[in-house]
Amino acid sequence: MRLLRGIVTKLAGIVLAILVIATINFTLVHSAPGDPASVMAGQSGATDEKFLEELRAEYGLDKPFMVQLGTYLKKVVTLDLGYSYRQRRPVNELILDRLGPTLLLTLSAFFLSLIGGVVFGTLAGLRHGKWSDLAISLVALLLYATPVFWLGLMLVLIFSIQLEWLPAFGYVDMRASSFGRLEYAWDVLRHLFLPAITLGAIYMAVYTRLMRASLIEVAAEDHVKTARAKGLGEGAILRGHMLRNAALPVVTFAGLQVGALVGGAVVVETVFSWPGLGRLTFDAVTARDYPVLLGIFLVMSVLVIVANILTDLLQRLIDPRIAVR
Amino acid sequence: MNKTLRTFLRRPAGIVGLTLLGLVCLVAVLAPLLYPASPWDIAGMPFARPGEDGMVFGSDTLGRDIAAGVVHGARVSLIIGVTSTIAALAIGVTLGAVAGFAGGMTDRVIVRITEIFQTIPNFVLAILLVAILTPTLSTIIFSIGLVSWPPLARLTRSQVQSVAQREFVQAARCQGQSAASVLVRHVLPNAISPIIVTGSLTVAAAILIEAALSFMGLGDPNHMSWGYMIGAGRTVIRQAWWMSVFPGLAILLTVVAINLVGEALNDALNPRISRS
Repeated sequence: MRLLRGIVTKLAGIVLAILVIATINFTLVHSAPGDPASVMAGQSGATDEKFLEELRAEYGLDKPFMVQLGTYLKKVVTLDLGYSYRQRRPVNELILDRLGPTLLLTLSAFFLSLIGGVVFGTLAGLRHGKWSDLAISLVALLLYATPVFWLGLMLVLIFSIQLEWLPAFGYVDMRASSFGRLEYAWDVLRHLFLPAITLGAIYMAVYTRLMRASLIEVAAEDHVKTARAKGLGEGAILRGHMLRNAALPVVTFAGLQVGALVGGAVVVETVFSWPGLGRLTFDAVTARDYPVLLGIFLVMSVLVIVANILTDLLQRLIDPRIAVR
Repeated sequence: MNKTLRTFLRRPAGIVGLTLLGLVCLVAVLAPLLYPASPWDIAGMPFARPGEDGMVFGSDTLGRDIAAGVVHGARVSLIIGVTSTIAALAIGVTLGAVAGFAGGMTDRVIVRITEIFQTIPNFVLAILLVAILTPTLSTIIFSIGLVSWPPLARLTRSQVQSVAQREFVQAARCQGQSAASVLVRHVLPNAISPIIVTGSLTVAAAILIEAALSFMGLGDPNHMSWGYMIGAGRTVIRQAWWMSVFPGLAILLTVVAINLVGEALNDALNPRISRS
C-alpha cells in the first residue's frame, strides 16, 4: 500500500514537472520579441504568410491567453511538439532520430564518471594525506574548473591530431556501410571514446572529491573500528563495511547532476559533431529554429526526470534500508 | 571578522586563489590601457603563431590579436559572472528566506518549484532563453541568473529554518517586531555565511555557463568573450592550436581562482563544517 502511494506521488510529481516545463516554453514564446506565430515558425527569414496563418489557427493565437495555454499543453501531452519549418519535418521525428546517440553518450559518461569517481576517490581516501591523495585532489580541482568544450578540444588536439589514435569527430567512419556488425560496433566505440571521456571527466572530478570525503568519514565510524578489532583484513573491511556506505552520497549526488550532464552533452556533441540532441540544439540555435529548441528542452527535461527515478532505484540497490519515498 | 580574515589568509588555497583572482581583475581593469584598440580590430596577419608579428598569443583567422581578446574577455566574464550571481542571489535568497521563515503552504509551493527548476537541465534552459530573447549582455545575465538560483534557495531555506529557532529570534518576535523586520534584521544576517560561500562558487559556475553559451554562438556580439574565441578557433584547431588554447587557459585560471577563494572562505566562515 505504501509502495503504491509512493509510486502515485512520484507520477503526480512527474506530470506536474512536465506541465511546469511546458508552461515555461509557452511563456517564453509569448515573451519573445515579435509575434508568437513568427517565433514558432522560427526566424528563417522567408516565412510565408500562409504558414503563419496556419500556425495561428492551429494554436488558436487569436484566442485568450489561457485558452492558448490549454491548446499548447494538450499538444504537448499528445506528443505533438510542433513542426520545424526550416527542416520541413515534425519536431518529434527530428528528436526521435537523434535520441539514440545522445543516450549512448550520456549513459557512457554517467557510468564512466561514477565508476571512475568511486575508484579514484577510494584510492585518495585510503591514502588520506599522502602525495597520491594530493595529486588526485589537485587534478580533480583543475578538472572541475575546466570548461567542458575546451577539454574536448584539448583531447582532440592530443589524441586525434598529435597522436592520431582516435577519430576527432563523428559517430562512425564514412566507410561504415561496408562494415560487419562487430566492426561497426568497434568503430562507434572508437568514436565514442573521446566525447564520453570529455563529458565524464568533470563529473568524475566532482565524484572523486565527494567519495574521498565520504570514505574518510566512514573510516572513522565505530563499525569499521569494530571490524578491524575483530581481525578482518583491510580489503574485507573496505568491501564489506565501507564502500557501500561511502558510495551512497555519491550516487545521490550523481542523480542530482543528471540535468547538468545532459546540458554538458549539448556542448560536447557540438565539439565532436556527435549526431545527437546536442548537435541538433546547436544547429537549431544557429538557424534560430525555435520549435526544435522548445521540443529539445522538453524532451531533455523528461529524460532527466526518468534518470532521477532510475538513480533512486540504484540507491535502493546499494542500500536496502531506503524505502519508497 | 579579524579572526576570520586571518583563518582565510592562513589557508594556502586562500592566498593562491586571491592572488590569481587579483591578477585576473587587474587585467580586466587595465584592459583599455594594455590593449587600447578594440579586440575586434585586425592587428596583423591572420594565422600568426604566438610571438609572430608582435602578438604574444598569435592571431586568429582574420588577424585579430588573441592576447587582446583574452584581456578584454576577462571583463565580460567577470561582469557576467558577478552580476548574474547577484541576480541568482536575489531570486534564491528571497524565495529561500520566505519559504524557510513562513513555512506551511508557502514553503511547500516554493520547495516544489525549486525542485522542478533543479531537475530541468539548466544549461539547455539558458540556451533557450538567450536564443529566444536574443543575445545581449542583459539577457545573458538574466538567463544565467534564472537558471542558477535553486541551490541558493535550498541553502537559504535550511539556514533560515535553523536560525529562526534560536532564542534571540523569538525574543525579537516577542518585542512585537514585524515578521519582515525579524527576517531581515535578525535571521538573515546570522544565516548569511554559507550563502556567501555558495555564492562565490556560483560566480565560477556562471562564468563557465557564459563561456559555453558564447561558444555555442550565443554571446553578445558587441563584446569579445573567451567562449566566442574558442568557438571561432575550433574549426581550425588542426592548423592553429593557439586560437583555442589561450582563451581556454584564461577560463581555467579564473575559475580555479574563484573556487580556491570559495574553499578558503568556507574554511574561514564555517570552521565547524570544514575541519574533519
